[in-house]
Amino acid sequence: MSALGARTETPWTADEMMTVAASRSLRDGMSCFVGIGLPSSAANLARHTHAPGVVLIYESGPIGAKPSTLPLSIGDGELAETADVVVSIPEIFNYWLQPGRIDMGFLGAAQIDRFANINTTIIGNDYRSPRVRLPGSGGAPEIAGACREVTVVMRHNLRAFVEEVDFITTPGYGRGQGDRERWGLRGAGPTMVVTDLGILKPDPDTCELVLVSTHQGVTVDDVKMQNQWPLQVAAELATTEAPTPEELVALRSLNETTDAANTE
Amino acid sequence: MTEFAPLSDAVAALVGDGDTVALEGFTHLIPFAAGHEIIRQNRRELTIIRMTPDLVYDQLIGAGCARKIIFSWGGNPGVGSLHRFRDAIEHGWPTPLEIEEHSHAGLANRYVAGASGLPFSVMRGYSGTDLIANTENVTTVSCPFTGEKLTAIRALNPDVTIIHAQRADSRGNVQMWGITGIQKEAILAANRSLVTVEEIVHSFDGPPMAHVIPSMAVTMIAHVPGGARPSYSLGYYERDNEAYKQWDTLSRNRETFQKWLNQVIMANGEVQ
Repeated sequence: MSALGARTETPWTADEMMTVAASRSLRDGMSCFVGIGLPSSAANLARHTHAPGVVLIYESGPIGAKPSTLPLSIGDGELAETADVVVSIPEIFNYWLQPGRIDMGFLGAAQIDRFANINTTIIGNDYRSPRVRLPGSGGAPEIAGACREVTVVMRHNLRAFVEEVDFITTPGYGRGQGDRERWGLRGAGPTMVVTDLGILKPDPDTCELVLVSTHQGVTVDDVKMQNQWPLQVAAELATTEAPTPEELVALRSLNETTDAANTE
Repeated sequence: MTEFAPLSDAVAALVGDGDTVALEGFTHLIPFAAGHEIIRQNRRELTIIRMTPDLVYDQLIGAGCARKIIFSWGGNPGVGSLHRFRDAIEHGWPTPLEIEEHSHAGLANRYVAGASGLPFSVMRGYSGTDLIANTENVTTVSCPFTGEKLTAIRALNPDVTIIHAQRADSRGNVQMWGITGIQKEAILAANRSLVTVEEIVHSFDGPPMAHVIPSMAVTMIAHVPGGARPSYSLGYYERDNEAYKQWDTLSRNRETFQKWLNQVIMANGEVQ
């Protein structure tokens, strides 16, 4: 029933596909520094499916958090109560993140650009007088600097995927090859950007984000229409593997448990 | 010697106009009641410091208490924007708000230097961000041993730090557990400190994950059960997520905010 320009119907939503695809970038046994919102959903889904041994770390201090519902805030009580240990803020950043002990960072973003630089600070050109003031950086700059790799999870649209971000809150690859090294950043940076339409990865030579996979029912044009810079497409474009029944059951159950807990 | 006092007396004694004031508590144990008392006492021209200026600083800003904010993430956790914070930055209402903005790791290290009696901390951070060009008190330093270029961040020493904790004992030691954030460093970095507590006990037993801040670091303690609501106090009450969502609507325009300020904060005495 794929009409011209219309997306094929799937038995899952685009957000579900995004969360599932992001969760797969976590391998069992990895440690993951988790941002709140979409990244936290994906990281917890991984723990409930293929990666039960993943160690989830939240910037509020819990290490090895095992929440049964998705936290609304970065410091919900359940994160502390289910953690292996809860440490202070200086300890989580200085002793755990900074030395490069953490395998993976899971981050969201308001804006991302061609070279995977992230903006969560302002919309507009004048920092002192912004058109829109966003929350700011939180832990993201150091998470993206120090984790061995980073997965970014965000919805694909023209406001979010821009040629150049209005403000670099969190460095991706700067203006291309070599910038991370010049800045002394030791982690690999955003190695994968997962959206509700597909998956982007940095080109190994230019560091520009390239479309490497589209989700089922999504065309390359669908993605390009939601992307401000002329998006390059990988020579061997993949189709993202559909969510398995187990993944969908686990994700929906996680969301239902969360909704039920929040309406108590 | 730690002094025990009612909240209104403690705030009157410790917080003055123009002071640099830190209210800390990372999602957990946020000292809301003390923030409300600062509003009631009509403090002005404050420099307010907080890693996560959520609802409590939205309220202080909307009430016109602050001249400047030092922060690292300004949002309503899990909900969205802080509308009073945005209105002040975007439109200068009710007064213009100067900002000094950091990453979490950076602001945490400003407190660490302050608590350690050092002029600055050294860290890996801010590199590659536009923050470094827009934020005072951050620069680079060369390692004297290896020559490596690192980030230097200036010490922060608030005039007064206010936190909320689960318990105090009768001698003024403070016990807290669960997510304890940056509270210890914020207390030790400050010239004066106020701790509001759920409970005052004769002496402590030992719940898991408990941290103790010794009495010698605490200037005043006020017994304020529920003083962290609508945030939570592990072992006492849960986070009122609904209140955080309602704040989004209530704070969205100036009129409903002012009505809230007059009816809920100014009309009441010390918060229950």
